[in-house]
Amino acid sequence: MLKNFISLEWKSFFRSASFKVNLVLKIFMIIGAFFMLLYAVGIGIGAYFIIEELVDPNPLKVINKYLIFYLTVDLVIRYFLQKMPIVNIKPLLYLPLQKNQIVSFGINKTMISFFNILHGFFFIPFSIVLIVKGGHEFVNVLGWHLALLGLFFCNNFINIFVNSKDVVFYSIIGILITLGGLIYYDIFDITVYTAPIFQAFFDRPYLAIIPLVLAFVLYKMAFSYFRKNFYLDAGLAKKVDIAETDNMSWLDRFGSVSTFLKNDIKLIKRNKRSKTTVIMSVVFIFYGLLFFTGAVEVYDGPFWRVFAGIFISGGFLFSFGQFVPSWDSAYYPLMMSQNIRYKEYLESKWYLMVIATIASTLLASFYLYFGWQAYAAVVVGAIYNIGVNSHVVLWGGAYIKTPIDLTSNKKAFGDKKAFNVKTLLLTIPKLVLPMIIYAVGHFIQGEMLGFVLVAVFGLFGFLFKNKVFEIIEKIYKAEKYKTLAAYKQNN
Amino acid sequence: MITTTNLSKSYNGVTVLNIENLDIPKGQSFGLVGNNGAGKTTYFSLLLDLIQPTTGHIKNNNVLVSESEDWKPFTSAFIDETFLIGYLTAEEYFYFIGELRGQNKQDVDAILAQFEDFFHGEILKQKKYLRDLSKGNQKKAGIVAALIGNPEVIILDEPFANLDPTTQIRLKGIIKDLAKTQGVTVLVSSHDLLHVTDVCERIVVLEKGEVIKDLATSEATLKELEAHFSGVTES
Repeated sequence: MLKNFISLEWKSFFRSASFKVNLVLKIFMIIGAFFMLLYAVGIGIGAYFIIEELVDPNPLKVINKYLIFYLTVDLVIRYFLQKMPIVNIKPLLYLPLQKNQIVSFGINKTMISFFNILHGFFFIPFSIVLIVKGGHEFVNVLGWHLALLGLFFCNNFINIFVNSKDVVFYSIIGILITLGGLIYYDIFDITVYTAPIFQAFFDRPYLAIIPLVLAFVLYKMAFSYFRKNFYLDAGLAKKVDIAETDNMSWLDRFGSVSTFLKNDIKLIKRNKRSKTTVIMSVVFIFYGLLFFTGAVEVYDGPFWRVFAGIFISGGFLFSFGQFVPSWDSAYYPLMMSQNIRYKEYLESKWYLMVIATIASTLLASFYLYFGWQAYAAVVVGAIYNIGVNSHVVLWGGAYIKTPIDLTSNKKAFGDKKAFNVKTLLLTIPKLVLPMIIYAVGHFIQGEMLGFVLVAVFGLFGFLFKNKVFEIIEKIYKAEKYKTLAAYKQNN
Repeated sequence: MITTTNLSKSYNGVTVLNIENLDIPKGQSFGLVGNNGAGKTTYFSLLLDLIQPTTGHIKNNNVLVSESEDWKPFTSAFIDETFLIGYLTAEEYFYFIGELRGQNKQDVDAILAQFEDFFHGEILKQKKYLRDLSKGNQKKAGIVAALIGNPEVIILDEPFANLDPTTQIRLKGIIKDLAKTQGVTVLVSSHDLLHVTDVCERIVVLEKGEVIKDLATSEATLKELEAHFSGVTES
């Protein structure tokens, strides 16, 4: 029986649409995965020495201090990316299989997932270094190690409960941010209370039994939770949203574009995948901190400011814009047989990106703290984004034919099909060109001229809006049948 | 209204549709029947310019569909759930379609009012997005959306499948009325011979992509179709 399950899994993995990429990309993916594991091992070994050298002579203490955050972040990442075991179970329900078997297979499957194994690549080498180099007792390290193992499995099972319960998730994030802030401003340090707990697992190795038992209890709970809800209208049911209607009459001022604009805003508000895009664009606003705080040495050159400025203001523009016709992939045949004016369709997406870019620029005003140059880079980047990049992104999107499943987060973090030569070439005008323009101005006169030149280019690009829209319209029409066929292949 | 000439479609050398000549006059209720893979949906997709013909062409009201887009304002269709926008409520979807077809809210409301008993209280004011409605209710929403904006040509792919008996009967009434009193050309495909003979003045049987029967509906049509299909071996 187990053999059948495993062969099903094997097939579902290797026959999934995302694996149908060409060989070169497959090799790249494998190399990428390999390096990621190599890094994890490297960090596991290196962490001890780095912390010992730079922070504290007792690395274990430091790790214990921050473990609470490590564990919480782990939970957050799992929530976003780890898939629930219930998928693919429906067709098994009516077959002559014991329900217990199906449930335990589903849960066991999550235990050997990438999200659990990855931690091993850090903690196993770290533990070995602790013994060999740190001169700690084997038993103590083993106790500590097993305790952590238990805690990660606890996370694994907790995730099964909280999955698709957004309230739980957002409250965890809220608590995390609050605690982090409190520590930063020296108001209340939770690690003072949690660090001794982790330390205790080391000092008294037999205590490791507690998290292991806890993990086992959670496993049993997850099992009975699923077993009890193992019906189509209970645990296996699709979550049904309560619809809210909104006329959004304030958008009517945009005239004929408002039809599409309203639809696009609903699209963003009501679908998981597009909401993730919005969250990602907020993250992009903080991306600039790496540049302006001097946290990363490589980014210290003046040209990187423009690079940062483009990303800070353009997070939404890039993450939303590059998939432009694909957002409507689920109902593309409707769009293609309706009386659609492409120009208005495109304009609506364009307005959205412009509005988001302006909003990000306003939100990013805290960069003034790092000097006027920092914020000037953001503003200039925004002008360039609106004038040039908004067009380029829409243009590039016309060539991407990946259907988007709006209701799931799969592939939200990059898609191999989105990676092709055409889109790669288009990053040149998006990112490299403004840096070059800035550099020219920078060397002729100074940073002022650099900023002005980039802004002028942005304003200049604005003039070509109609021309570019015409070109995109032609591409849309030329690629129509291919696009329709590509959108049809759902997974 | 709709003229099909030398139309064929093949995939990798396999011909799935081959229609030499087919004329559908204005105001006709036209039925397309055939087993799975006979080419019904392929024909409708070609008619809506969703796929490209390998040879030949279709003219809709003298507009060459694969060349010009001028057929769109007077043609509407519901083929499958890819014609629905899942994250909208039914009302929002109807208004959206209405706006695309130049109808304001009042116009759309007036149309929807006529279909109150068709909806059976399960479509409007439901606090549900279309993606969360049952298959049958999704179909109802899609069919009604295809009637918005006074189209002259309406294409419905298997409109009776997934519908409950009451709704099937009501839908038959709606389709008959469209063709008879409003002069709308209605194209319907179906696996249900009884419904299709009931609704359509003319029935064309497709088999492996070819027209093998073209009948004006009469008393004897149903018998003839049943005899034909019981003789056909499922391919």
